[in-house]
Amino acid sequence: MIRIANGQGFWGDWLEAPVRLVEQGPIDYLTLDYLAEVTMSVLQKQKQKDPALGYARDFPPLMARLAARLRERNVKVIANAGGVNPLACAREVRRLAPELKVAVVLGDDISGRIDSLLARGHLLRNLDTGEPLAAIRDRVLSANVYLGAFPLARALATGADVVITGRCADAALAVAPMIHRFGWRETDWDALAAGIVAGHIIECGAQATGGNCQADWQSIPDLANIGYPIVEAEPDGSAVVTKHPGTGGRVSLATVKEQLVYEIGDPRAYITPDVVADFTSIRLAEAGPDRVRITGARGSPRPATLKVSLNYAAGWKATGTLVYSWPQALEKAQAADRIVRERLAGLGLAFDALETEFFGVNACHGPAAPPATDPPEVQLRIGVRGMDRKAVERFTREVVPLVLSGPPSGTGYGEGRPQVREVVAYWPALIPREEVEPTVEVVE
Amino acid sequence: MRIPLARIAHCRSGDKGDIANIGVIAHDERRYPILVREVTAERVKAFFGDRARGRVERFELANVGALNFLMHEALGGGGTVSLRVDAQGKTLGAALLGLEIEADEHELRD
Repeated sequence: MIRIANGQGFWGDWLEAPVRLVEQGPIDYLTLDYLAEVTMSVLQKQKQKDPALGYARDFPPLMARLAARLRERNVKVIANAGGVNPLACAREVRRLAPELKVAVVLGDDISGRIDSLLARGHLLRNLDTGEPLAAIRDRVLSANVYLGAFPLARALATGADVVITGRCADAALAVAPMIHRFGWRETDWDALAAGIVAGHIIECGAQATGGNCQADWQSIPDLANIGYPIVEAEPDGSAVVTKHPGTGGRVSLATVKEQLVYEIGDPRAYITPDVVADFTSIRLAEAGPDRVRITGARGSPRPATLKVSLNYAAGWKATGTLVYSWPQALEKAQAADRIVRERLAGLGLAFDALETEFFGVNACHGPAAPPATDPPEVQLRIGVRGMDRKAVERFTREVVPLVLSGPPSGTGYGEGRPQVREVVAYWPALIPREEVEPTVEVVE
Repeated sequence: MRIPLARIAHCRSGDKGDIANIGVIAHDERRYPILVREVTAERVKAFFGDRARGRVERFELANVGALNFLMHEALGGGGTVSLRVDAQGKTLGAALLGLEIEADEHELRD
């Protein structure tokens, strides 16, 4: 049995979580998931400004803080902290923690090969819309293939203390040590599917241990000291999801089920680079306090294609807010919205999107929200998006003036004019597996 | 009798691009048949009105007593493109708890 823990569900997650996972009980592997869908483009921009950046900058100092403890307890780290510059990330870890052996997995970045792929007839169609990439080719900022777990396992086989990757399937971070330690082969579909299910359960950190859990949420103890998830994985693919004793939160059928169905599509075919996992095949059972056993996972052969995550520049956006108080707070906010729209039209400004939400009434749930009867206050939130930066800039001047020239009792404009932000959009596509050749490099 | 979905199920929601996903899980797996019968793709689409612009798909996970819904074109473009405060659909599962469903009293007995 090996213990695999996940200490980051996204870049920005709780900084103390990985430290506590290492210090508060036994684990063998610590995984850290830093990359959301659009994180790569943010990192790409940082790298354009400074070729030594482009990775999760929280990661090297974390490794320095943990280095002695990792060596002492023989805990290996697997993190997709490399972003668009895994080698620079590895060098920074080595600089701050020279006692750690670091290996990187390369080959996910295909941004330099897009034109060659297109020229050879790969259209890189948007998986959601079917549109060929040619439509936005000149605006592409980054292009990375989701790698599977096998190159990560090869990196572990070098004896590295720390394995750094760029883009890879989130669950692959947890499957890699299972492949490495249990000797699973590329055609062990059921075992690989079991690993993917376990990896999926822990990839969002504390969402498996009582965080963001709707079931009986008020009874979940000590969220301030929530324990992040640990998988006790067996060579046959069965696994127990748990957390360190004495930590806050809860591991129950309810918390694990909520995470099982989180951000999935067809549960019969959860597609990953290594296997297509069938989430309807598994069985869950309580196995003691804060322990849930997963068994029975079935998998089928991996797809012939790999998913590519492309990011492209999609214009500009800005969002402005004003607060209106009782009485008739909603009516005032609605009147203010009409006035802003009339003034924008009067200026001849057009946008790709113009959206209004009324906080306190329907912002989160739209028409599904229960009816509001004269609420004490309502926040008007109005936003625009478009390719013309000047038009978006002009919009930012049209919200605050309503305090003096619109309906009464408007306030909450202390932050001044809304900020214009660049929009980076996500473009998922597929390429043939043979196009990708992941490599492993030990960084001295 | 009419009851809110919250009485027999809990939910978690998230995103993939402009697609929102809502997992609906029976508190007690014996209530799963009620979910299958009552919480149809059509009812979910109608419940969210113009927030569910595209098609709504439903998938069954009988093994854990859960349903998974995919609501297409439901997030104002999704991720970074959307102008909404809940661009990633994090609260849509909570909304669905208010869906009114029909259940016989004997179906709710322990």
